[in-house]
Amino acid sequence: MAPFIEINEITKKFGDFIAVDNLSLSIEKGALFCLLGGSGCGKTTLLRMLAGLEAPSSGTIKIDGMDMHQVHPADRPVNYMFQNYALFPHMSVARNIGYGLRRAGISGAAYEERITEMLRLVRLEGFENRKPDQLSGGQKQRVALARALARNPKLLLLDEPLAALDKKLREDTQFELVNIQEKLGTTFVVVTHDQEEAMSLASDIGVMDAGRLVQVAAPKTLYEAPANQFIASFLGSVSFLPATITKIADGKVSATGSCDITALAREGISIGDDVICALRPEKITLSRGQAAGPNQLNVIIEEMGYLGAVTHVRARTKSGEMLKIMLSNRRRAEADFTWDEEVVASFDPKDAILLPAEAR
Amino acid sequence: MIRAVPRLFIILGLMGFALLYIPALVMMAFSFNAGKLASVWAGFSFKWYGALLQNDQLLAALSKSLLIAGIAASLSTLFGVFIAIAFVRFGKFKGRLLLSALASAPLVIPEVVMGLSLLLLFIAMENVLGWPAGRGLDTIIIAHATFGMCFAAVVIQARLRQFDRSLEEAAMDLGARQPYIFMTITLPIIAPAIISAWLLTFTLSFDDLVIASFVSGPGSSTLPIVIFSKVRLGVTPEINAIATLMIVTIAIGVIAGARLMRRNPR
Amino acid sequence: MGEQIQRLFYHYGKWFIIGLPLLWLMLFFMFPLLEMAQVSFTEARRGIPPFKPLWGFGEDGFFTNFTLGNYQLIYDFYEDYLGPALNSLRIAFFSTLFCLFFAYPMAYWIARSPDDMRHILLILVLLPFWTSSLLRMYALIGLLNPNGFVNGMLLWLGVIDTPIPMMQTDLSVYLGMLLTYLPLMILPLYATLTRLDHSLHEAASDLGASSFTIFFTITIPLSLSGIIAGCLLVFIPAVGEFVIPALLGGPDQVMLGKVLWTEFFRNRDWPVAAAIALILMVIVTGPIIYMRYIDRGDDREGEQV
Repeated sequence: MAPFIEINEITKKFGDFIAVDNLSLSIEKGALFCLLGGSGCGKTTLLRMLAGLEAPSSGTIKIDGMDMHQVHPADRPVNYMFQNYALFPHMSVARNIGYGLRRAGISGAAYEERITEMLRLVRLEGFENRKPDQLSGGQKQRVALARALARNPKLLLLDEPLAALDKKLREDTQFELVNIQEKLGTTFVVVTHDQEEAMSLASDIGVMDAGRLVQVAAPKTLYEAPANQFIASFLGSVSFLPATITKIADGKVSATGSCDITALAREGISIGDDVICALRPEKITLSRGQAAGPNQLNVIIEEMGYLGAVTHVRARTKSGEMLKIMLSNRRRAEADFTWDEEVVASFDPKDAILLPAEAR
Repeated sequence: MIRAVPRLFIILGLMGFALLYIPALVMMAFSFNAGKLASVWAGFSFKWYGALLQNDQLLAALSKSLLIAGIAASLSTLFGVFIAIAFVRFGKFKGRLLLSALASAPLVIPEVVMGLSLLLLFIAMENVLGWPAGRGLDTIIIAHATFGMCFAAVVIQARLRQFDRSLEEAAMDLGARQPYIFMTITLPIIAPAIISAWLLTFTLSFDDLVIASFVSGPGSSTLPIVIFSKVRLGVTPEINAIATLMIVTIAIGVIAGARLMRRNPR
Repeated sequence: MGEQIQRLFYHYGKWFIIGLPLLWLMLFFMFPLLEMAQVSFTEARRGIPPFKPLWGFGEDGFFTNFTLGNYQLIYDFYEDYLGPALNSLRIAFFSTLFCLFFAYPMAYWIARSPDDMRHILLILVLLPFWTSSLLRMYALIGLLNPNGFVNGMLLWLGVIDTPIPMMQTDLSVYLGMLLTYLPLMILPLYATLTRLDHSLHEAASDLGASSFTIFFTITIPLSLSGIIAGCLLVFIPAVGEFVIPALLGGPDQVMLGKVLWTEFFRNRDWPVAAAIALILMVIVTGPIIYMRYIDRGDDREGEQV
């Protein structure tokens, strides 16, 4: 079966500026897909092209097997939830939700029924006569969602749906969005710059940079097996150790650089390659004296920050690389390391992520 | 706090407000004067308001002015909307520079120049085309609409520039098309600016003396023209009365408008 | 509506929206100015219209009647024309200064007032802005006349024995100008002063500046754009003012607007009136171009923000 959304070699230029650069992507039906990237990476432009609010300079978009070229936004089986919600300020909540229904030729009892149904879905019963400026941020967001879903679109596009909410509300709303998506089974494409939001919402994430897709994968894969340094450092915190492969044997790889590293073997790596070893802070442990396992680095603690649940440590290796380490404070006063103390940092070979070295 | 305003400023400010208000307040008080003199208080009376109701010349001029201002303001506002849309929405188009020059020059050109030049044109047109035959309400309306549309365009443009385009995109996404989007989304939201543009152009037309003097014909004297001719002959209590009525009307309008604006900001 | 029809509708709709006001303004604003320029080079005559056509086709074929006589006349009788021109500049200049003198403190006061007070004061500024200048001038005459309110009060109080002549003096003209143009000066000043970041004052005073120093080194320089806008907004219409010199001015306060009016309505010398109008336009062109230049600068600032 063909994928639900097929984006094929699409490019969008604004004058000389290339917002989206020859990008291809397929999304399955019923997915909650997240486009993640920094500001100006082209993610919103891509979303607007799906809605038809921007015309691609070249390339094609198919939704549910239908070519969207020349299809007016009003006629697409797609609805868009704007970052600022774009609620019509002069209309009540009910008329906002009903705006698209009227255009679809729905009236009378069916019209009222659908509005009630949508209000129930977003838990805003009793708010139908309020004006948008009488709503809180979270309520506005839910009205915008109800309005966008009222026409029963095949695809819902959400531009930074949670960005305008405060932190506490954002967490609750996140789960609610996922619930609604699961209940309706509508395909969602969400744009966000917030990696935590993307990780907790999405079934799949596409990371964008400078108009291109860098990697498309499930959240866990992105974190545990990033494709390159950009992804590794974009999602979460990471330390890099440069090295060169010296030996491959028994499913293990040995590399030497500023220090000796043992990691699991991977396809596409051969002796003599320059690699970068990426280490997640929570995967490194510190100990006084010798620890178990092959990866042992002598480091000096330079900074420590106690955050309650965890302690953040920055330690420098003998050759001058900075390691970011996160110690879990599971047991009270487990290890009282101090500043300037010389300790051993160790990590499991399976936690060492080997990435191709990039020319910088 | 250093938010305090220097005392000197408050004194100068009070003097400024006094300057703006004392003449009008004195005039309004004397409109209720039983006597005819502007300096001697001869008791309270409504008699000049009564006399006003008998003054056919003033009443005829008033109704003409209202008619002219109503039509001119409506034309001005319609064209003002067009100009504003052209500048804010159409990006670069042929003639943009010309339109921009033509739409801003009337804001700054002296009234006497505008009046004289329009009259000369009307006469030239009458010679060549036979229209307008003489000068009357139509020529005044044309003149007022011409400068009015430029003021209306400024007011409406300012609002249209702030307009959040995503509202129109949302309407389009929900299945609507132009001109339905304009009628249901854009127009209702910029309506306050359109109303203030109409009121502004109405007052500009209603108050205009100079341009109307040039382009009016015999029998089409507007209220300012009649008042001007009477003022030259000296202060008369009837004018006090009609001026008071006009000022009170405007005061009510301005205060009501300000309250409305305050309640729904933007 | 079909896609095709929709597109046609847009195409023609766009040119309708641009074209209608453009044609109107060309016909009723640009052509009149050209016609006026043309008339200023014609010869006056008795008849209707009271000037010879500049060109045309007569019994002897094509003819022209081009003359610089009107400008020559204005030059020869410079006391009657250039005097008022200089008067216009002088009166407009000092009126602008006086307006600034009162408007700045008023705008500052309004900008620094608490919300409720600020609203009331703003309405007090807007009210005269919306009322007819003619009516306000009329009210002023009621005060200043020899048998007006002020003289009446002073006589009654015994301060004076004979009425002080106040009408048709510089005093009456400048009071009229202030009354007419004060709101126009206050509004742009207020707009810039409210945008002024108050923490700058606090920073300056924290650094040891006196309120006097703060005012002249921080407030005034930062509100310069408002000052310039307000001055131009007052100066430009003041130069061409007709009602004020006509109602409140005497022979010493004759301004170009009034001369034009007299030439046109009293002397029925339309070509000379047209020539005066052209001169008036040349006088206000400088400030207008400067204003547009400043406007554009503001636009650019706006784009950056």
